Amino acid sequence: MPITIAPGRRPRREAGTAWLFISPAVLIILGLSIVPVVWSLLLSFQANDLVTPSRWVGLDNYNALVQDPKFGQAVRNTLVYTALYVPLSIVLGLALALVLNQRIRLVGLYRTLMFVPFVVSATAQGVLFSFILDPEFGAANSLLHRIGLSSQGFLTDPGQALLVLVGITLWSGTGFCVVVYLAALQEVPPSLVEAARLDGAGRWQVLRHVVLPALRPITVFLLLWQVIQSLQVFDLVYVTTKGGPLGSTTVIVYFVWEQAFKTFTAGYGAAAAYVLAAALLIIALAVRIVRRQGVAR
Amino acid sequence: MTMTAKVERPPSRPAPPDSPRRSARRLPFSPWHLLLVPLALLFAIPLIWLLISSVMTNAEINRFPPPLWPKGIDLGGYAYVFGHSMFPRWFANSLIVSVVAVAANLLFGVLAGYAFARLRFFGSRVLLVLMLVTMAIPFQLTMIPTFIVMRQLGLIDTLGALIVPSLVTPFAVFLMRQFFLSLPRELEEAAWIDGCSTFGVLFRIVLPLSKPALATVAVLTFLTTWNDLTWPLIAINHDTQYTLPLGLTTFQGLHRTNWAAVMAGNVVTVVPVLIAFLGAQKTFIQSVTASGLKA
Repeated sequence: MPITIAPGRRPRREAGTAWLFISPAVLIILGLSIVPVVWSLLLSFQANDLVTPSRWVGLDNYNALVQDPKFGQAVRNTLVYTALYVPLSIVLGLALALVLNQRIRLVGLYRTLMFVPFVVSATAQGVLFSFILDPEFGAANSLLHRIGLSSQGFLTDPGQALLVLVGITLWSGTGFCVVVYLAALQEVPPSLVEAARLDGAGRWQVLRHVVLPALRPITVFLLLWQVIQSLQVFDLVYVTTKGGPLGSTTVIVYFVWEQAFKTFTAGYGAAAAYVLAAALLIIALAVRIVRRQGVAR
Repeated sequence: MTMTAKVERPPSRPAPPDSPRRSARRLPFSPWHLLLVPLALLFAIPLIWLLISSVMTNAEINRFPPPLWPKGIDLGGYAYVFGHSMFPRWFANSLIVSVVAVAANLLFGVLAGYAFARLRFFGSRVLLVLMLVTMAIPFQLTMIPTFIVMRQLGLIDTLGALIVPSLVTPFAVFLMRQFFLSLPRELEEAAWIDGCSTFGVLFRIVLPLSKPALATVAVLTFLTTWNDLTWPLIAINHDTQYTLPLGLTTFQGLHRTNWAAVMAGNVVTVVPVLIAFLGAQKTFIQSVTASGLKA
């Protein structure tokens, strides 16, 4: 242990300085998160149009949510989107990271190219892809036409739109997984891999029994992170489809936004937001439990 | 970093000879490139297409099927964006909001992070845990009350509404705290004995050692503020106060047939982030992975 000189040497001055240092952060962070969270809960029991005084309605908003087919559709769309995007991005990310982790040339260039889309805003992605995938003027259909395939509706086709959104997010989000896995692969002790090889383990066995277990904490982190991201997807939907066609891409956050700021039923929107938050909480707790078990093993 | 990596390499040398694939010897390059080149192109082509289409004429774009390569470089889209739209204004707004957010996050993150890492005061534990909890709160849970608060403060429809909520994030506080905890205490203690104030210790001794953490906070703050659409969409109605993402999506809605201008505007929105990324790529990638590896 390093020498600590007289802890509590000048406690009063130190506490004063400390409060001076933390007060801006505490005021802004707690004021704009803890307070609104409680406020939101109260709102969810009220009828509120953001203009006239609100009215207490008890659980009416939640009851209405359960019966609202639009909300049901939003939940379904969000789950489908998440169930497709998260595993695909993680598996693709891992595969690409494993390939890039070998000693081949231009690894830096490949990594850069795969990661660049991640820094592009969802807005810019949305505008770009609604152009590329435009049924009439888009390059995608032009390409299909050239190789003799029929034109597609893409974002204007209720059967395809959600899948296309998953594809766009894979384009921009896979690079993040690649980069995180690549960094984690650097931390896998080479001695472990060597030892397994000396014991006669083949490529697959090393991967299966040495590398993947070592990557487990990172995989859990990525899983949690990607799930949270995709349950909250909004910007891309707003820019490309505005929830359409026929509600096929209305996700939960889009539903919340629409209720609160378009139809001005803020209490109803707050209730929907709380349902999503409860789902996130359950997932976070589940991951914690899985993680604990992993440590215990 | 790279130096040490190179020094460490020789002991683990015997890796390559064990790969039995002969094809590696026949080709002048690793066969993996046959997979990686098309994949890398898949990631790159949309952005290349963005650049190409921004210098096409609308006549070219509106032909069916549209050409995949322009006849020449036409700057009409850019001329329209800079001459007949509010993009310059939106660019300035985005810049103001991002720069203020970065500066404020650095200042408040450093101050609070240092207090949590080094100073003893009543309630520090509780406040730290509360801050940790707020990191997990999804934005849609707070957005409606935040809107009401900003309206009460009279900030709705001003850049202030965009700046105030992003002045400091719990992430910045935590990142700085973790970094300060990793620094050896002895230097600070020596300065204290020499009669340096806490401010003096922080700004003269600690901060010069904290460049990697400061860079991480700056990069991630810039990226999230510059790219955000959700909150500006809620807080801003008047187009003089738009930031670039909000301006771009509105502009797209109003100019459905002027694709060249829309793509030029898109380039204007994306290029600052791309320049920042390519200029400080190492910091970017380290920042993004740091948030994951330390979790």
